[in-house]
Amino acid sequence: MVRWFKPVVFLACLGPLARLGWKAYMGRLGANPIEVITHSTGDWILIFLLVTLSITPLRKLTGQLWLIRYRRMFGLFAFFYATLHFLTYIWLDKFFDLHEIWADVSKRRFITVGFTGFVLLMPLALTSTQGWIRRLGGKRWQALHRLIYLSATAGVIHYWWLVKADVSKPAQYAFVLSLLLGYRLVVWARRRTGGKPASVSARSAEIADG
Amino acid sequence: MLIKKASDIKSSEITPKSLYLNRRKFLAGTAIAGAAAVAGEGLRELSSPSVVARADAKIDGIQKSPFSTDEKVTPYKDVTNYNNYYEFSTDKYEPAGLAKNFKTRPWTVTIDGQIRKKQVLDVDTIIKMAAPEERIYRHRCVEGWSIVVPWVGFSLSELIKRADPLPKAKFVEFTTLMDLRQMPGQRSGVLEWPYVEGLRMDEAMHPLALLCFGMYGEVLPNQDGAPLRLVIPWKYGFKSIKAIVRVHFTDSQPLNTWNISAPREYGFYSNVNPNVDHPRWSQAKERRLGEFLKRPTLMFNGYDQVASLYSGMDLKKNF
Repeated sequence: MVRWFKPVVFLACLGPLARLGWKAYMGRLGANPIEVITHSTGDWILIFLLVTLSITPLRKLTGQLWLIRYRRMFGLFAFFYATLHFLTYIWLDKFFDLHEIWADVSKRRFITVGFTGFVLLMPLALTSTQGWIRRLGGKRWQALHRLIYLSATAGVIHYWWLVKADVSKPAQYAFVLSLLLGYRLVVWARRRTGGKPASVSARSAEIADG
Repeated sequence: MLIKKASDIKSSEITPKSLYLNRRKFLAGTAIAGAAAVAGEGLRELSSPSVVARADAKIDGIQKSPFSTDEKVTPYKDVTNYNNYYEFSTDKYEPAGLAKNFKTRPWTVTIDGQIRKKQVLDVDTIIKMAAPEERIYRHRCVEGWSIVVPWVGFSLSELIKRADPLPKAKFVEFTTLMDLRQMPGQRSGVLEWPYVEGLRMDEAMHPLALLCFGMYGEVLPNQDGAPLRLVIPWKYGFKSIKAIVRVHFTDSQPLNTWNISAPREYGFYSNVNPNVDHPRWSQAKERRLGEFLKRPTLMFNGYDQVASLYSGMDLKKNF
């Protein structure tokens, strides 16, 4: 791929944040700006998680192997927006009221599950470097990074549980997520029943690539 | 014909399940009536060049009210662009646009049930029943945000007194317009339509309970519930039903839409109460639109004068 493409994608991933910043600066975040910031960052976490999860199926289905070079970046952007989302919550929403935050995290199941999804992303962000892949070894690294399945599921449930009545938007995320996880399930089931040894070479190539 | 149909449905006489079924029939009937109305509308507009009160039309002779708060009024822009009005959209920023061409005239309100003076009244007749007052009220949404709005209207009791309720009338049920053509949100199954709300008779008779047709000195904008809505300032916002077409007096506690949707989360009373959390979030604090830090939520939204209505009641159970 063209060399300048990656920085362009990187900048595009900062677009949602830039847009929020610009709107805030122009006073165009509407009547309830903190709500808009919370919802917008929340949406982008899910979008980046789903984009990250779609890289492998897309690669396999289209044969566009170069896509793997973008997976880590998208994953890290999911974590980036998750951090912003979390900061919005503890700073703008709760104003560092630890007592209240703890009450929320322990009592409100939609916050519990959302917080869990965020925590699950932390080890993935920390071990996203080449060094960590080497240190853990490809297999263990990959097993660890399957936590993204749980994290994305937690994220969608978090959204589903927080809406009052209109679940159409969380349902859209759930639909895409189920396709992406379903693909993996099918691949996994085929490998088991087909008795074919998992294509280790392909997998390690993937890791080295990523 | 539509009116007769509506009066057939006495919520006091039927179980909730058949109530839903009846609503579905009502819905089909409304669709037909709606089509007829479309046809009739053109003719009506030809015959009487519109005397329609437009939003941003000033209301004359508004009196001040001792019930008004002196807190800072929320900007008009926010109150008219941030609306929970699921008949139009579940997105709070959309009703302002989607309700732009909503027809609020001609508009009639059916007043029926356990009363002596059953009648169908033109909304303009209702509006002239009593002198308009400005009531600057705190308004607290169940979602945890609040606003301060200078509503215009008069006590709901003015209407109730004129309906001359029978002793059997223990509750009042209100119904929002059902109009799939004008209210696109009603095409979705997000809530049971039409929207219904209810009050106990003594709540409805409380002077704070406002029958509202204006705000900021002007006619109510469509997205804020024109032409006629309730404002019950000590209850969560969803109790303040919009675009009312029916006021029905009954001897049994009516259902209310959010209670039908999620009975564990939204009760019949839905009084603002910082001590009773929503199952999914705390109600202890609220964000006043325009303010950065949340402020504590007050019992009955600060309207302590209603406390006596609930003396002896367990408000944790009757949430």
